[in-house]
Amino acid sequence: MKTIMDEKKVVKAPRPEEKKKEVNTVYSIENFNLWYGKDQALKDIKFDIPEKQVTAIIGPSGCGKSTFIKALNRMVEMVPIVRMSGDINYRGKNIFENKYKVEDLRTKVGMVFQKPNPFPKSIYENVVYGPKIHGIKNKKILDEIVEKSLKGAALWEEVKDRLNENAYGLSGGQQQRLCIARCLAIEPDVILMDEPTSALDPISTLKVEELVQELKKEFSIIIVTHNMQQAARISDKTAFFLNGEVVEYSDTNQLFSNPSDKRTEDYITGRFG
Amino acid sequence: MQGSIRQMIKDKKEKQQSRSKIVEKIVPGILLICAIISVLTTLGIVFTLIVETITFFSQVSVIEYFTSKDWYPFFESDPDYGIWPLISGTLLITGIAMLVAVPFGLGAAIYLSEYATDRVRRIIKPILEVLAGIPTIVYGFFALTFVTPVLQNVIPSLPVFNALSPGIVVGIMIIPMIASLSEDAMSSVPNAIREGALGLGATRFEVAVKVVLPAALSGIIASVVLAISRAIGETMIVTVAGGATPKLTLDVTESIQTMTSYIVQVSLGDAGFGTTIYYSIYAVGMTLFLFTLIMNLVAQYISRRFREEY
Repeated sequence: MKTIMDEKKVVKAPRPEEKKKEVNTVYSIENFNLWYGKDQALKDIKFDIPEKQVTAIIGPSGCGKSTFIKALNRMVEMVPIVRMSGDINYRGKNIFENKYKVEDLRTKVGMVFQKPNPFPKSIYENVVYGPKIHGIKNKKILDEIVEKSLKGAALWEEVKDRLNENAYGLSGGQQQRLCIARCLAIEPDVILMDEPTSALDPISTLKVEELVQELKKEFSIIIVTHNMQQAARISDKTAFFLNGEVVEYSDTNQLFSNPSDKRTEDYITGRFG
Repeated sequence: MQGSIRQMIKDKKEKQQSRSKIVEKIVPGILLICAIISVLTTLGIVFTLIVETITFFSQVSVIEYFTSKDWYPFFESDPDYGIWPLISGTLLITGIAMLVAVPFGLGAAIYLSEYATDRVRRIIKPILEVLAGIPTIVYGFFALTFVTPVLQNVIPSLPVFNALSPGIVVGIMIIPMIASLSEDAMSSVPNAIREGALGLGATRFEVAVKVVLPAALSGIIASVVLAISRAIGETMIVTVAGGATPKLTLDVTESIQTMTSYIVQVSLGDAGFGTTIYYSIYAVGMTLFLFTLIMNLVAQYISRRFREEY
């Protein structure tokens, strides 16, 4: 516990000025339930996710945290047997409404996956894929997007001389940052990260964590993590999931120093999970 | 308990040792013989082709073979042996077949790999494979007795034997080959890559065309080239429905003759053993063999060269 507290203080230092800002809501989840066939994976989820902050979703394996984040951009619908009820409102509109185009949602809500999944193309082509499918063809603009996105993902210095090489020649950590750059290229509003560092070594993990701190100035970030120290280090808000329910959702500070639920306390002190 | 099992294994081992030693020595030998037989058969066929082709070219000049525009081996006074009419007939059939097979085959592959539910795929794939199992003679009569009359309704001047009808039917025949091999290539593209594209707001069609297709390109091109080589070598359909009129033409409505159907014509007894006509089928066969060999080498080269690693 002590180490978590210490690290948190360092990260939390620049907080006061942020508190002055008015906090808008990007996602408002209302009584959301989800089933895989007969198994209920999410039960009556209800909370609001703030704009331009890092919201961490923690919990033991199988608690529904990945399912939840995949519901936020409707990626969960890829599973054919999935059923849902309740609302997820993104910027005030229910994303499950019939007329809501899933492509529009995913253009505004980018996603970084558990394992780096660059396309089997060059680094350059990976970054411009998003802008290209959304109709940006101008070579000069695309070049600018590539530089800006790679800089935004703290990868530019490492790859600027080999933009035309295959992305699979990069290390795992670089690939993951490339996936983040690919996401940034279409200037999303929200970035969902599903355990983005679980397949990375500690140094790459640190780089991604630092990057998240940078990115939250411009983007709202929702990050699923297995690693409680990580949640404590990088997030502003934390939701603790257990067996498909949100046990506790509050400021990260609050949740880790003074959890209100016994189960949260047990989990963060390592008694289970 | 542990000790006793260890003992049992040891006892068994000792009993089997002499027998397994012999097996270990003999089995590789038998397997080697199996491999050698197929290699020897291939070499034997190529050797026969070469020897008989040389005999042919001792009677007909190589220059005539490659420069004459006429193929009239049955003219008794002055036979012509120019290969081009047979090549043009073959390529005409192949071209028409590819125009039919590539769009439909690729379309089917994209549908099966990117859109179809598991249930639909489980129904459609076996049906496609049945299509691949139909004997080509059946396709031949399908071309002659069904497709040609249908085409004659559209083009009244179309003769009974023409290039168009067997070309289309050869195309239909190789759809399953392209569909099945391309679908394999596309299905083996990892799902994580599709998710990456979908997560950027791509539609399923954009994912299919701009991510999956390029990633599977080497497999797809290889399937197309193999299909071309299959179309070049196709025999029964063109023999039944294409005619026996060697002609240097690109007009699809004319009766033509392919290399394969010429070989069939001669083999059926139009020429006696030892005549120039007899040897000509080996020269034609050699030409055909070179075509398909080159196509297969091209397929191999392409699938290595254009592989997008994932």
